[in-house]
Amino acid sequence: MGIAAEAQFHVLAVDDSVIDRKMIERLLKVSSFQVTTVDSGSKALEFLGLMGDVHGNPTIQSSSVSSHVHHHQEVEVNLIITDYCMPGMTGYDLLKKIKESSSLKDIPVVIMSSENVPSRINRCLEDGAEEFFLKPVRLSDVNRLKPHLLKSKFKAQQQQLPQQEELEQKEPDQPQQKQQQQQEKEEEEMESIEQKVDEQEQAVQSSVKRKIVEESLSPERTRPRYSGLTMAT
Amino acid sequence: MRTAKLIEQCVPLSLYLINNEYVYKLLGKTGLPVWMLGLGVDRLRADMNRLLAILFHQGVLDEQFLQLQQLQDESSPNFVFEVVTIYFRESEKLLRILRDNLSDREFSDYAKMGIHLNQFLGSSSSIGAKRVRNVCVAFRAASEQNNRLGCLRALELLEHEYCFLKNKLYELFQLEQQRSMAAGVRYPAQH
Repeated sequence: MGIAAEAQFHVLAVDDSVIDRKMIERLLKVSSFQVTTVDSGSKALEFLGLMGDVHGNPTIQSSSVSSHVHHHQEVEVNLIITDYCMPGMTGYDLLKKIKESSSLKDIPVVIMSSENVPSRINRCLEDGAEEFFLKPVRLSDVNRLKPHLLKSKFKAQQQQLPQQEELEQKEPDQPQQKQQQQQEKEEEEMESIEQKVDEQEQAVQSSVKRKIVEESLSPERTRPRYSGLTMAT
Repeated sequence: MRTAKLIEQCVPLSLYLINNEYVYKLLGKTGLPVWMLGLGVDRLRADMNRLLAILFHQGVLDEQFLQLQQLQDESSPNFVFEVVTIYFRESEKLLRILRDNLSDREFSDYAKMGIHLNQFLGSSSSIGAKRVRNVCVAFRAASEQNNRLGCLRALELLEHEYCFLKNKLYELFQLEQQRSMAAGVRYPAQH
């Protein structure tokens, strides 16, 4: 099985159910994501705390974390997907903690739940969750993750750009013109890609909102797509 | 009719030399190789499909089970079996807890029972065990009303549905195992 060395996104999956952890891990791996699973919100925060500065001694045992972590190496997580109903810290609590953290707030968060409670879904989306998946999660749901990952990756790259410019101004003038042209080109490219990602995101958001409205209308648990009501883009 | 030379016998498989290939073949109940009885990979696959169709028709399984099968491939060839095995283990733990709780006449922590039921409901939903899931829903409703008698009835039904599901899934796995054995392992004969 070949792995593209560069473009693999790393997803952290949080769920207290061992079956659902196995399911989400498989769904993500089949979609070519690198996956780490943990069984609680607190373990998730511990794992994320290993990014950048190390706060105290990590207490996660390797049996509860499915990937190897080298403490002196930065672990990059591109997306967090978490169950809502968990003992102790709920998925919503985890979402709040992540959005309140200066180092973690830009990581997209997706929430999963087996219960279709529109007020819960809306609250999560309003408080920063990118998506809300109803369980059981399907491959088609996981396919909706890529736009969010691409968008945040380009956001991160854009933030690095102004720093690059400062450094380059100190260098001699000759290569400056070439660099400026290159930077402008890159910025243009990124803008157009960002536009495309924004369009996709809007389409995804509107399909999620459609889902919420329709789910609140239909008393059954069947998904809109099987009743032919929705046409996702 | 292919000529076959019996090389070695190890119940329930036999090693034959057929057309210069060593082939393991499944023995039927009569002791004759399954392929000789006219049964083979195709028949076993048809049996599997028929069983699955019945289970879907009866509402024992739903489309989520198909999703499980779709996630199985060469990189994870036993995925369905692994997930279902975990499901059995977790379910039997929960059933034991529920039975112990309701056997205790003084039991009153229906909120805790609701949490267990939610777990059972969620995992059943994740593997596509539709009827088991539906009984969990009814059971949960009884527990929310602190209705001990209702809970006892629901537990009986839950145990029954769970046993039925387990038996059927084992049948399915056995058919799958037989099918892959009947497909045979082929080695080139060396002279």
